[in-house]
Amino acid sequence: MSKLKLDPGFLPWLGIILITLALIVLQDHLKWLTNYPKDLVIPFDRWLNSGMGFLITYFGWFFRGVSWLLEWPIDGVRIVLQSLPWAVISFLICMFAFIAAGWRLSLFALISCLYMVIIGYWSESMNTLSLVAISVPLAVLIGFGFGVWAFQSQAAKRIIMPMLDILQTVPAFAYLLLILMLFGFGTVVGLIASILYSFPPMARNVIVGLGRVPGEVIESGLMSGATHRQLFWQVRIPSTKRQLLLGVNQTTMASLSMVIIASIIGGTADIGWEVLSQIRKAQFGESLLAGLVIALMAILIDRATYGFAKNSSDYQPRYSAPMLRYGLIVIGGTMIFFFLSRFIPALDVWPRELELSPARSMNEGLEYIIINYRAAIETIKTMAFFFVMLPAKIGLQGSVSPFTWGFELQTWHSVCYAIAMTGLSIWCGVRFNMQLGFMLLLFAIFFFIGLTKMPWPAILIIYTYLAWKLGGLTLGVGTFLGLGFLVVSGIWPEAMLSLYLCSIAVILSFALGSGLGIWAAHNSTVSAILRPINDTLQTMPLFVILIPFVMIFKIGEFTALLAIIAYAIVPSIRYTEHGLRNLPEGVIEAAKMMGCSKQQLLWTVKIPLALPVMMLGLNQTIMYGIAMLVIAALVGTNGLEQIVYIGLSDGNFGLGLIAGIGLAIIAMTADRMTQAWSYKRQKDLDLQIE
Amino acid sequence: MENHDAGQAVKLSCRNVWKIYGDTSDSFFMDGNGNVDDTQAHVKKILKSEHIVANADVSFDVYAGEIFVIMGLSGSGKSTIVRCLSRLVEPTAGDIILDGENLLEKSAEELIEIRRHKMGMVFQSFGLMPHLNVIDNIAFPLKLQGIEKADRYAQAERVIELVGLQGRENNFPNELSGGQQQRVGIARSLAVEPDIWLLDEPFSALDPLIRKRMQDEFLRIQSKLQKSIVFITHDFQEALRLADRMAIMRDGMIVQIGRPVDLILNPVDDYVREFTTDVPWESVLCASDVCHKTSTSVRGLGRVPAATQIDSLLGYLAKNDKGVAVEAEDGSIIGIATASGVLEALANSSNVPPAQVKGTK
Repeated sequence: MSKLKLDPGFLPWLGIILITLALIVLQDHLKWLTNYPKDLVIPFDRWLNSGMGFLITYFGWFFRGVSWLLEWPIDGVRIVLQSLPWAVISFLICMFAFIAAGWRLSLFALISCLYMVIIGYWSESMNTLSLVAISVPLAVLIGFGFGVWAFQSQAAKRIIMPMLDILQTVPAFAYLLLILMLFGFGTVVGLIASILYSFPPMARNVIVGLGRVPGEVIESGLMSGATHRQLFWQVRIPSTKRQLLLGVNQTTMASLSMVIIASIIGGTADIGWEVLSQIRKAQFGESLLAGLVIALMAILIDRATYGFAKNSSDYQPRYSAPMLRYGLIVIGGTMIFFFLSRFIPALDVWPRELELSPARSMNEGLEYIIINYRAAIETIKTMAFFFVMLPAKIGLQGSVSPFTWGFELQTWHSVCYAIAMTGLSIWCGVRFNMQLGFMLLLFAIFFFIGLTKMPWPAILIIYTYLAWKLGGLTLGVGTFLGLGFLVVSGIWPEAMLSLYLCSIAVILSFALGSGLGIWAAHNSTVSAILRPINDTLQTMPLFVILIPFVMIFKIGEFTALLAIIAYAIVPSIRYTEHGLRNLPEGVIEAAKMMGCSKQQLLWTVKIPLALPVMMLGLNQTIMYGIAMLVIAALVGTNGLEQIVYIGLSDGNFGLGLIAGIGLAIIAMTADRMTQAWSYKRQKDLDLQIE
Repeated sequence: MENHDAGQAVKLSCRNVWKIYGDTSDSFFMDGNGNVDDTQAHVKKILKSEHIVANADVSFDVYAGEIFVIMGLSGSGKSTIVRCLSRLVEPTAGDIILDGENLLEKSAEELIEIRRHKMGMVFQSFGLMPHLNVIDNIAFPLKLQGIEKADRYAQAERVIELVGLQGRENNFPNELSGGQQQRVGIARSLAVEPDIWLLDEPFSALDPLIRKRMQDEFLRIQSKLQKSIVFITHDFQEALRLADRMAIMRDGMIVQIGRPVDLILNPVDDYVREFTTDVPWESVLCASDVCHKTSTSVRGLGRVPAATQIDSLLGYLAKNDKGVAVEAEDGSIIGIATASGVLEALANSSNVPPAQVKGTK
């Protein structure tokens, strides 16, 4: 034992483990350790609801006025898009794609448009598009305004940055109801939700872009005698054009995804509603076909707006000439197609009898698969449920039974588990480092007791201590207050259910994703195969990802888990590959010259150096996981996300918002902790990471 | 004062300029007066209170039509002082006098006017507008003044010709080489026909060969335009090539000011001497630096002007033991330069330890 040097830094860890164990023992006697007493719950939700009532009574006229105003442009755009022949709009979309990113995208646009027309979702798609078309310019303007304001005033920035965080992390379902109550039922809800959700990326890009203009460009502008205004509009803004267009790209994508999500409240005959109602009717063929429309739309819009951003920095001489030509082609083509559609009605409105829907045969095919592979599907589901999900949720002590594991949990089982895990932790502590050992021990305790059965003060202490160690005092205090809010508002049990599902998803995503990322970093073929898949998954509105999993595994937590992993794995793959591929060349060469084997090179040099970047990937994986968790509430989960959803459907605004804020708290603390860790490591390793 | 041709007008004057970074940087000076009794002690006091001293008590004059080079290593404060001259950086204390008026008392509007008409600046990494092509970049300062497109293009065309960029007008900065980009930067700074021309390490980002060519170009342009120039560099050789007079900076302070040859012949301390060690003396020294005053007649001797570089005299001196008479601009004789005089000057400036010479005394 004397060899095991006990650094004083480890004492807190030891203390935490002892306290945790003590609390676990005590919770049999003190019930409030497991369940925070109901009498002490502060009724934030009721306060919020009455506040809301007040707001509607006295200021409702204002919001309804805004709503009335916004209806006009929405209706206008929708009428234009709906009444123009599809051939004309398709032509314009193809031209747009061509100007943005060349003939390949134009071809893709053509195929997408034809798909929408032939499958029979043209009108729904145009309804969605009209909302996006109104929301994007407004969101870009608002985002630009906030971005500039935050750039020019530090005081404003201190308020604006957290506001952006909150808008991006509080799940939309939580404030959809707020908007619904204030602005009234209708398309305007989707519009406002989409603006609220999509202006933050623009604002962020404006702040980043303006901050990155090289000092000498600013100085040369000043020395050229620029006034304050000239410097801003003629120097700063043009030289940050690319970043601004990237902002437009992200805003457009966010806007589309929110328009789709907002269709959950109904009232709009748009494509999101189509997908949702088909899922609810268990019409999987139809929902997949409609989902594909969304996916095509998303990819098209993403590539086109990204194309503009990418091209914006390679300036070419005589840039203006082709623009004129494009203009003529656009006007000429529009007129030609317009007149053509006067004579060929099929170009105006595609006849119903020519619509083609493979939905029925898809449904039959799916049924065939499900019936034939039912055994295998069921086995996968039960195995995952009994051996992974259930223990994580209620612990080995609750989940091991003859029905699940095939035997009763005896005392000697528990003792063996305790000894084995303690041994493993000590070995890890000595062999690698003490912190790892402690973490492992804590993990073992968690797995035995179960996340939802742990005494809440223990989790509060562990989480706060971690935050404090990683991010300093401010983060520690913030985390403590945030988790404290979860406790006193009475949503702790649901928060743990969210945390449990999300943690499993994140751990699996990170493990799988890092593995794939390592593979991709060393194998260009794998990388080339993964890239388009990642791109597609990332641009896909979250609804659509649910569809295939619901089709096969029906509703339930396991489906939710798979859907979350499918979405959250992407950043883990990306960042791992990026981190490994962009290591300092000199270090790798030096390691090779010292005679590192491939394995040694990977584990002792590359991964430790790439770890900070991988951590940023983990950070993104957590964020993606929580975003998907919220949507996964639709397929039946039990955590906070479900409360948010219930709050929305029951019209209980306060409850929904509290749960939404709870999710945001979990997201933000996890975000700050992983980021703090990553930046600290980067600094220690002297790495320059974007 | 430094030895300089009297009667030449001071164009720009930098008096006791300080630049301190920190929370309470103003508190070290009374009403922005940078004239302190003991500079060193004052610097120590400021450093002790956790402030950063970028420039300490910097004073120099720039005469009309001269190239004044400020030379120093990185972190010596040379970039800060040139930014103080243009008020890109606001000095903490001191005065900047341009044409007899204190620049620091000018309002923001007046400053913009001064920058639009009197000052031009060239930057190390060029500072070109990435979204503008060559001619628009060069015409940019004119555009800011609201000059009509035709007029500003005509003016831009003139400076494009001056820097030799004809035919590149429609290219964007990312299509140009570093040397070409800096030509654009130079052209832009000259487009407003400034009186005072500030160049902040303009050639440091360029390859050595290109750098040499750009220095020649720069001297050619200056011989035409006769601007008053402040030129920043970290390259002593470059300073020697270009400077009429130069200042060496260290730790935010000026160590020595003078003609290049003064610095070489009489370095004030080891810091300055270190720079001068690699200097090819024979190309720096001129006839007047090596000649001996003489009372004897110089009849029969050849005559050369005082500014003749001695490397061009070496061949003559090798054949003519008596040497050559050195005459001033007005034709009067300054002295006689001989082969042994040259050797003596070289021996004085060399810091190689003398070889041990064996043999009879």
